[in-house]
This record gives sequence, structure tokens and C-alpha cells, in this order.
Amino acid sequence: MSERNDSMMKVSSNPHIRSKVSTSKIMLAVILALLPTTIFGIRNFGLHALLLVLVTIASTVVTEALFEAVMKKPLTIFDFSAVVTGLLLALNLPPKAPLWIGIIGGVFAILVVKMLFGGLGQNFMNPALAARCFLLISFPVIMTDFTCDAYSGATPLAALKAGESVNILDMVIGNTAGTIGETSMIAIVFGACILILMGIIDLRIPGSYIVTFILFIGLFGGHGFDYSYISAHLAGGGLMLGAFFMATDYVTRPVTKFGQVLFGILLGILTGIFRIFGAGAEGVSYAIIIGNLLVPLIEKITYPRAFGKGGERL
Amino acid sequence: MAKLTFTGGIHTYDGKDLSKDKPIVDILPVGDLVYPLSQHIGAPAVPIVKKGDYVLTGQKIAEAGGFVSAPVYATVSGTVKAIEPRRVVTGDSVMSIVIENDGKYDEVTYSAIESADELSKEQILERIKEAGIVGMGGAGFPTHVKLSPKEPDKIDYVIANCAECEPYLTSDYRRMLEEPHKLIEGLKISLRLFDNAMGILAVEDNKPDCIKLLKELTKNEKRILVKTLKTKYPQGSERQLIFATTKRAINSSQLPADAGCVVNNVDTIVAIYHAVIEGKPLMQRIVTITGDAINHPQNYRVRIGTNYHELIDAAGGFKCQPEKIVSGGPMMGFALFNLDVPTTKTASALLCMSRDEVSASKPSACINCGLCAEVCPGRVVPKMLADYAEHGQEEAFVKHNGMECCECGCCSFVCPAKRNLTQSIKSMRKIVLGKRKK
Repeated sequence: MSERNDSMMKVSSNPHIRSKVSTSKIMLAVILALLPTTIFGIRNFGLHALLLVLVTIASTVVTEALFEAVMKKPLTIFDFSAVVTGLLLALNLPPKAPLWIGIIGGVFAILVVKMLFGGLGQNFMNPALAARCFLLISFPVIMTDFTCDAYSGATPLAALKAGESVNILDMVIGNTAGTIGETSMIAIVFGACILILMGIIDLRIPGSYIVTFILFIGLFGGHGFDYSYISAHLAGGGLMLGAFFMATDYVTRPVTKFGQVLFGILLGILTGIFRIFGAGAEGVSYAIIIGNLLVPLIEKITYPRAFGKGGERL
Repeated sequence: MAKLTFTGGIHTYDGKDLSKDKPIVDILPVGDLVYPLSQHIGAPAVPIVKKGDYVLTGQKIAEAGGFVSAPVYATVSGTVKAIEPRRVVTGDSVMSIVIENDGKYDEVTYSAIESADELSKEQILERIKEAGIVGMGGAGFPTHVKLSPKEPDKIDYVIANCAECEPYLTSDYRRMLEEPHKLIEGLKISLRLFDNAMGILAVEDNKPDCIKLLKELTKNEKRILVKTLKTKYPQGSERQLIFATTKRAINSSQLPADAGCVVNNVDTIVAIYHAVIEGKPLMQRIVTITGDAINHPQNYRVRIGTNYHELIDAAGGFKCQPEKIVSGGPMMGFALFNLDVPTTKTASALLCMSRDEVSASKPSACINCGLCAEVCPGRVVPKMLADYAEHGQEEAFVKHNGMECCECGCCSFVCPAKRNLTQSIKSMRKIVLGKRKK
């Protein structure tokens, strides 16, 4: 009985089993985790925000598909990484930004930052953040105009920098001006908890980032370790969104555990410098993309020591 | 007490329920038996029979080809039909002795003794060496060499590897439940060789019945401890097991003896018992025949040399068309393209899977998630090593500890991009090792 089956068998190197985790499942989980803050942003800023989100995602996905069609490469849009990039970029746009801003940003993120460097896994910067910074430099007026029906134009961080007082409860809930996805600390942390519970991200980068940032502004912010000042800095700007969803981007963070802690510390310091000593109120986006550039160096100095290497008795 | 373990590793579907409650059954071979002369690490054995000779069960047919080598014994009576290259599980052709089974199973007489106490250390080692015992967990390192470290007095622990961390495998589990006294006696014989050593029976906590039984049976043994390990793959990997039980870490270029340890697997220790007390050479082993494509998954006592076709038939044949058949466990076993291979001293299982997850998943781009580094028991970064390997960057591969990889397969298992990391790293390791030999 056993003879007839011989020619049908498959052969491969070990191991012969594979886990059920896949790239697309991870990306879908990230999208799921971003939904709370996306929904909050749309509720807060209205229909135009929804349109902007959809147009930006369409822009990133179509750009990736077109590039691959033109270059005759296998289609990779179903790993959903382009959707994540599009969504993250949209969450970083002002709610009243014209739709073409989303389209240009999406094309830049995918075409220039991702595909030209070799596609998924090869980009040296977070594509969404790189595109946001590109838009900030190219269209500074549009990208810093946060006026909308519900709120006056100034973001809480800008107000804070100008020496005005801010309502921290509003900032935690998200009832403030800002980009579509950055305002609600609660919604962002809730989404991050989903990712942490699923084991997709851990607290190494967000934790070391936030702790370092608190220490930095406590020491150099000019207000000491003042509770309300520090809370406002934590809840304001893109810090939460950046720390949990963009600094943790697999491709552009160090792969080793110790390297990740170093990376978080670096981001905390950079964000602190930009926010306190910089001209603008914000600093997360620039801190992360500069941090991204230093990742190869961090990986070089944090390559782990192999098990038993050195040969000493422990 | 905290469970003993190491850093890294994975949890998989373990498949042990298929066969764990089925007692060990004997398989008597019918057809020709094939004895490869290289079933171990080291020099091949040298045939001492020729075509046409009549041999008895238990008769030596090939002698050790050096110190690091092991003799081979006939496991049936019959006539030597040929000495020719035959295919083995790895796909290689190995010079083998083929014996035509006469179905009588006539046996030689063995020189049994009452107790190992009447033997000197040298006599014990000689009996183990003569019996052709090799590491039966898979590596096949000659056991008498393992038991002859340079400084036997510096060995603190003789560890019985009862982890059985590979998914699907239940042969050691059945052995521990059914013949625990042989395991304990075998361990006591090993301890005779090392005056300053404690014996450790290291069992994973998914086998609580074994732990209870072994604890009960060893409660009056002053030199034997039963230690509970966390269930995790590859807990039974030699270096990880030494770390889990003693907190001593050794690298790939060191021997367990450098950490004051000697490690042997369950079946090997039982073989030591058979050799020293009963005077019997290594002639059979327990094989788990399992998987969702086989009719009657079970543990079998198989005579070495038995053709795999006979094993499949003994287990009731295939339930459905198997896509993949693996000799050994799913993590480190060899995929077979042909069932016409013999059971060797190191064949722990025959796993028949109706679906091959490897060919069903398509490798894609690395997303740098770091899971491979997280699970790697060797504490290297597999995704970087695989990149170096795929680009032929030998120097960078070695510099980043590529040679510390134990090929356990954890990285390929967890990779969400389904990259064949282990395969790439293994290939480069072979290239580097090949160059070092020259």
C-alpha cells in the first residue's frame, strides 16, 4: 500500500511546520489597532477627514500596484503594508487639508521612500512620516493649518509653547485641534493595548521613549517636573501616535532588544530637543525619521552576544 | 520551584496526543534488512562479513573504524546478500550491508551479568563501546566517546535527556512509562564512571506522569535527581538542556564536558543498560510512527535495518495521500522523497503529514519583526545571518556568530514572511565547515 505514494511526496529542509502568523495578519492587526483613533478623528473632524483617509489609502495602494505593474514585479498590495502606510499618513494630516495633499503624500511615501529602495522591508525611514515631513516642508501653510469647525487653529502644544494654559482633560480625550489621528490619547493607547496584547509590539520602544522624554522635559523644559506641564506634553502633539505606532514600525526600528531601548532613548532626547529648543511646537515626526537613519549604527553596536560565547561558566 | 528553562524557543502544536497513550509494539521485519556503515558521527564501520555469509541475530557484522566510530550488529538471522551503497534518510548513498532475513531470528548467546558492580570502569566502557551505542536522540555521536572525557573526575552532572521537546515524538515518553527501571539502572551505570557526579533526569512538564513515576522510583537514590523543565522547544537541545539544569552556558565549539556535564538521551541510556547488564548490542530502538496521514499512530520497537515501507505497513498504511513524510520530528527531521530507506540507530520517528506547510507558504520580504531573534536559543539574529548566507558573505556570516546556530528551526517556524531562514543558514554553515575541514 505504501509504494504507490512515493512519487507524490514533497521534500524541503527542516523545519517542516510553520506558525500561523503572517505579514498580512500583522498588518491587519495594526490597521485594527489604528481604527479607534481613526474613528475618533472622523467623529471629531467630520466627513472631510473620512474622505482624506480613504483617498490617502487609495493613493498608497494604487501607487504600489502601479509601480509593480510597470516594473513587472509580483503584486504585494495584499500584504496590506501599503494600507498601513496610507492610514498612518492620513492620521498625520490636518483635518481640512485638501485631498490632493493626501494623494501627493501617498505617492511620495510609497514611490520614493518605499518602492525605490526595494519595497517592503527595505525602506530606511518610516514612509508615512517621511511623506509627512516632505509635505510639511513643501506645503508648510496647509500642513500647519489646524483650523476647523470645532476648534480654533492653535494646537495645544503651540498654545503651551506660547505660554498659554491648556485643558489636559480635553487633550487626553482628544477634543482639541491637531492632525486627524493624533488628538485622542485614550483612543491611541487603547489601540496600542490591542497590539501589545496580541504580542505584535512591546513596551521597549514606547516605554523608553516616553520615560526619556519625561526626564528630558523635566530637566530642560523650564517647568521642572510639573505635573500638568508634563501631562500636556505627553497628551499633545503626535507623541502617543508616534511612540506606539510609528517608532515601533518593524522595518525602521532596530531588531535587537537592547537596540530598541537605545532607539527609544534616542527618540525621547530628540523629541525633547525639537519641542523645547526648536522653532516649532512639534518634534515627533522629525525625531523618528532621524532616529530611523541611526538604526544601522545602533544595530552595529548592539548585535547580541551568542549563547555561551566566551565559554565561561555562568 | 520555578521551572528550568533557557531564553528563546517556541511553542507549537505538539501532536503528541496521536501516539502518547499507545503502548510500544514490536515490529518483526520480513524483508531484507539494510545496515548503513555510517549511522554515527565519525569514521564509518568496517564490514567483517562478506557476501554469502550466514549471520545470527546479535552477531557483529562491522567493526568500529576508529575510536570515534561504532560497530554494527545484525538484527535478524540470515544471509549477507550484498555490501553496496544504499540510500539513507538524508538522501545520501552510504555503503551498507544488506542481509536477507531467513525469518528464524536465531540469536547468539549474550554474556549477561547480575550487576554492574562486578565490573570495573574500563569494563563498563568496553561493553558500551562493543555494543555500538551512539546518541540515539538524532546526533549519533558514539556514546563511549561521550563517556570518556579527558578528566572524568571533573564531571559534576550526568544528565538523562528526557525532555523530548520535538513535536509529535512520544518514544521516550513511552519508554519512561513502560521501562523506567532500565532508564534508572542505565543512568546508575553511567554514574559509576564519574565518581563526583550527580545524575539528573530532566523531564519537560508536559509529562507529569513520568515525573511522578521517576521521582517515586528514585526517592532512595542519593545520586539521582528528577528535574522538571518548562515545556518548550528546543528544551532537549544539548546546550539548552545543560543551561536549563545547571545554568552553565557553552558555545558551539565546546563540549558538554567543558561545563562538567555528560548528556545522553533516554533510548541511549536504556541501550547502555542492555549492553552492560544483558550483554546485548544495540539492535533496536523505539520509533514513533505518527502524523495525520497514518492509520494507526503508535510507538514501535523496531529492529535497526528495517525498511520504512514495513514501518508504514505495520502502522496500518496511509489514511490519505501524505504530502510529506519526515524521518524524525517536524522541527529537525529529514523529509523523505522515497520510503525505501532503512531504520538507523538515530531514527526517532516517522511522521506522515497530509499537508506540507512549507510548500504551502510562499517566502516574502523580511519585515524586520525580530521574532527570529527573539526565539533563537543561540542568541543570534537569524534574519541577518540568512541575508549574509543568501548573498554569499561568508566573513560577515561568521563574524555575526553564524556558526553558533544549532539548526533547531525556530526562526523559520515563527517567520511571518515565511522565509526559509534555517535552510539558508544551514547551507552557509556547511560551506564554512567544509572549508575548515580542508
